[in-house]
Amino acid sequence: MRPAGRHALGWWGLILPAFLLMTAFYVAPILQVLAISFTEPQPGLGNYERLLTSESVQRVIGTTLRIGVVTTAIALLLGYALAYRIALSGPRAQRWWLLAVLVPLWISVLVRAFAWVTLLRRQGLVNQGLMAAGAIEQPLALVWNEFGIVVGMVHYMVPYAVLPMLSAMREIDPRVLAAARGLGAGRAGAFLRVFLPLSLPGVIAAGVLVFIFSLGFYITPAILGGGKTLMAAEWIKLQILDLIRWGLGAMLATVLVVAILATLAVFSRLVNLRRLFGAGG
Amino acid sequence: MSGRAGHALSLQGLSKRYGSFVAVQDASLEVGSGRFLTLLGPSGSGKTTILMMIAGFVEPSEGRVLLDGRDITAVPPERREFGMVFQGYALFPHMTVAENVAFPLRVRRLGRAERDARVRATLDLVQLDQFADRRPSQLSGGQQQRVALARALVFDPALLLLDEPLSALDKKLRAELQDELKALHRRVGRTFINVTHDQEEALSLSDEIAILNAGRLVQVGAPSALYERPATRFVAGFLGRSNFVEGEAERDAGGIVLRRGGTRVLGVGEAPPGPALLSLRPEKITVLAEGEGEENVVEGRIAAWSYLGAGYAITVATADLGELKVHLPAWRIPLVPAEGMPVRLGWPRGAAVAVAEDPA
Repeated sequence: MRPAGRHALGWWGLILPAFLLMTAFYVAPILQVLAISFTEPQPGLGNYERLLTSESVQRVIGTTLRIGVVTTAIALLLGYALAYRIALSGPRAQRWWLLAVLVPLWISVLVRAFAWVTLLRRQGLVNQGLMAAGAIEQPLALVWNEFGIVVGMVHYMVPYAVLPMLSAMREIDPRVLAAARGLGAGRAGAFLRVFLPLSLPGVIAAGVLVFIFSLGFYITPAILGGGKTLMAAEWIKLQILDLIRWGLGAMLATVLVVAILATLAVFSRLVNLRRLFGAGG
Repeated sequence: MSGRAGHALSLQGLSKRYGSFVAVQDASLEVGSGRFLTLLGPSGSGKTTILMMIAGFVEPSEGRVLLDGRDITAVPPERREFGMVFQGYALFPHMTVAENVAFPLRVRRLGRAERDARVRATLDLVQLDQFADRRPSQLSGGQQQRVALARALVFDPALLLLDEPLSALDKKLRAELQDELKALHRRVGRTFINVTHDQEEALSLSDEIAILNAGRLVQVGAPSALYERPATRFVAGFLGRSNFVEGEAERDAGGIVLRRGGTRVLGVGEAPPGPALLSLRPEKITVLAEGEGEENVVEGRIAAWSYLGAGYAITVATADLGELKVHLPAWRIPLVPAEGMPVRLGWPRGAAVAVAEDPA
């Protein structure tokens, strides 16, 4: 074996304990649970047949995908504007901006969901404000529906959208933008032809990250959806804990895991995800 | 690259202050049509700030920029129609060479056929037609520099601005591209404005050099005029090397006479009676052979010497004038130098030029 190869083996040896620990206490139990989808209530692909036949399963998947796509689109839009603003500000201002972006991450998702309920419910601040201003006669249904879920999820996801995009934007040489303007492009032209294409890898990475997160959301949709709009995670909980249909719940969980891995596999070919998620190199 | 002539640029009383820091102080300059002007100065002298004010990226605190007599001070950079080669080139990494060069035409919404034709012609001009489909990252430094030039020239700009265009290249390549740049300037007949801290580059490329120090324009003129008749100590020291001799000056018919200790040095130029300064280029001093004379003669001893192949660099300690550095071609030296050896130095009157001290 070449020295370099032996060297690499040494490094693998170092992470072996952690690897075994993860396999024994994390990967193996998950696989065990997912395997239930093939064994309960009877062995076979019966649970997976429901993907094609059961309207309620299809509705849950449809809702989950729809909310995921809408959330991703809005979070990317807001996040891009924010990241752009941060990337163009001075180093001092950048630190404050970043703090402002990161602070919400330290607040419990539960607290944030209930905060949105207080704001958005019929007697909440938003409806009361709009009614006092005379903009509306009747309170709007802002919560306990898909709108409320999307609001809560976008709020949660924006920091995750900002960070990969900001890291991509920071790598853009500001002289390239000056060059675009010096060569005759207006502000809009320089942005559309130079800045946007150069930041695109960050947008894709942020999109993948946010979309994957959105598929597995549980607390936010459970609280802001009011039990009426079911997303995949809540549906799985319902099957397993309330209806004791382990096989069906495990089936959708497996579908989720496979969907996420497939998304990652596709996009890792498009962009260097390792670098964009901060693994360096 | 059709027959539009170069344009004339005029700077009038241009200043730039950042808070209490003065980056550029009252710079006025005329650049004639089709000329190659270099702004030369050490880092922090304000040369890049002046270029950025010409390009429109930096707004002057005072003063005006005129193109062919028209005030363009308030015109944004993208409307000035100036080509610019940026420091480090700033090529667009997500575009091919051809797309980079086509960029200025694309934002001007030129038709596709004309765009392609112009891109091809310009790539030909800089001999990069083979590389049209490469990415900038696949090119060498010299090739990238030529892409930047092509991109800056393709839209027939009124002026070409170059911000340290050769500083990213190694020494040998720099010399080659200097020649290319000079030939390109002659071929396209545009007005070029170049910024550099490299005095050799400035001397070899320019029709005119403007020397800057600490935000002020110190002297403007043809390279040889600046080299032969520097106005201040800074110019004499920055453009080439120089010995400086301080003393008391008097006027005489041929220029000035500088007295220091028991030695009188004849020089040219203007200086009011009183303390004055002469600049003396090392290559204009000769070591005199037995019986040889000169307008100025000084005796001394060799304090240090080194052999440079083409010649010798000798430091001579003199009684009144301090140490003088002398550069001599090997064939002009009448002796084999050795430390402590007594020598007689001589130089013509015109070699000693009165220069002013720089304002503090």
